[in-house]
Amino acid sequence: MQDDKELMKGHHEEKAVHGTTHAAAGQAESDSRRQFLNRVGWASLAGFLAINTAAFLRFFYPRVLFEPASRFKVGFPADYPPGTVNSQYQKEFGTWIIRLQDGSFFAMESRCTHLGCTPSWMEAQKKFKCPCHGSGYYITGLNFEGPAPRPMDRFKLSIAEDGQLQVDKTIKYPGIPGKESGEVYPQSLLRV
Amino acid sequence: MKNPTDIKEKVRKNLIWKSVFRRDYRNTVRDRAQAIFGNIFLHLHPVQVREGAVKLRFTWGMGGITFFAFIILVITGVVLMFYYHPSIDQAYSDIKDLEFQVPFGVILRNLHRWGAHFMVIVVMIHMFRVFMTGSYKAPRQFNWGIGVILLVLTFLLSFTGYLTPWDQLGFWAITVGTNMGAATPLLGYQGPFSEFLHITPFNDVRFALLGGSRVADNALLRAYIWHCVAIPLVSVILMFVHFWRVRKDGGISKPQTQK
Repeated sequence: MQDDKELMKGHHEEKAVHGTTHAAAGQAESDSRRQFLNRVGWASLAGFLAINTAAFLRFFYPRVLFEPASRFKVGFPADYPPGTVNSQYQKEFGTWIIRLQDGSFFAMESRCTHLGCTPSWMEAQKKFKCPCHGSGYYITGLNFEGPAPRPMDRFKLSIAEDGQLQVDKTIKYPGIPGKESGEVYPQSLLRV
Repeated sequence: MKNPTDIKEKVRKNLIWKSVFRRDYRNTVRDRAQAIFGNIFLHLHPVQVREGAVKLRFTWGMGGITFFAFIILVITGVVLMFYYHPSIDQAYSDIKDLEFQVPFGVILRNLHRWGAHFMVIVVMIHMFRVFMTGSYKAPRQFNWGIGVILLVLTFLLSFTGYLTPWDQLGFWAITVGTNMGAATPLLGYQGPFSEFLHITPFNDVRFALLGGSRVADNALLRAYIWHCVAIPLVSVILMFVHFWRVRKDGGISKPQTQK
């Protein structure tokens, strides 16, 4: 930097020999060039940092997940007696397969709508009970006690080509406060 | 050589001693000052302290105690890392190992755990004191801001450390905590406008925090890295800005009537 200044000084002195008007013009030209390069420099740095920040943030979103698939098969309809809750897929997939007394099926996310804990199905009391803050739900997922604000969410359940039941967690039927999800979303119920 | 003073003299004249301490120390004002500003570990501290700055009933010494807690946490934390694997298969049993088998493991773990609780408490008392004595006022506004960031970083350190034992307490704390992120407007998939903005459990802020859509391996590893490396690094940098600004803004605050 020191060298640059020396050079600039020499340059100006040279100009001064030829006359003050030229010197002033040269000074102005030099200043605007310096200002331009200054701006280009800072803009490049800002751009570099902005792109790096964006890359840093994107870095935290992995492309491949080593998680259980969001579409999975859960066996044949005949495996499920009416009026039962199947918790076999709760641990790995966070899903219950439920068959109501009338024979219809639905898949429900095992996730309390209060703060996201995992409720348990209490066979004796015929209800889902959340261990965290005591929210209770009927077999249909409708909340009736505790701090839960709405019924639990359901997933799309269909019959695969091989005749097995298939859950699709990417299609979700969120519970609406005070309403039976079976009535709000007739498509969430599967009748075989 | 038989006389202890001779040995002392010989050590003092030794080349190694001289290269470490550079000059003789006589108990004079000049040498006492030299000892402070000639030492990299002490030079952030002022050479001389005003009388009012040592009024314990005014400052409560809480800022210094917070830093003391932080040093204990860094030391015990680094030592604990020698026995801890951040994986969901091993984390919990590593904690059990530390508690029951590793020599002095239980005292290290408890020092780290209680030290963490202690730091959160004293940092809040420090903030309370600074507020009640008006020590956030000009020219210290900037340092108050740094302090608020440090408070948040302390909470984040506490929160990320909570998951590391991979027990029920930590697991559900992180579940609930990241669900709060999921419910944040514009950032989470459960927040307002999420459907309109196509925010799903696979592209929201919770996903970035957990490294996935569920609290599992990636979440533990991320909490561990934030806890042991990233947040302490930022905290240390900000702490030094904080201490530096205390000095530049007129030294530690003191009663107005004191000199």
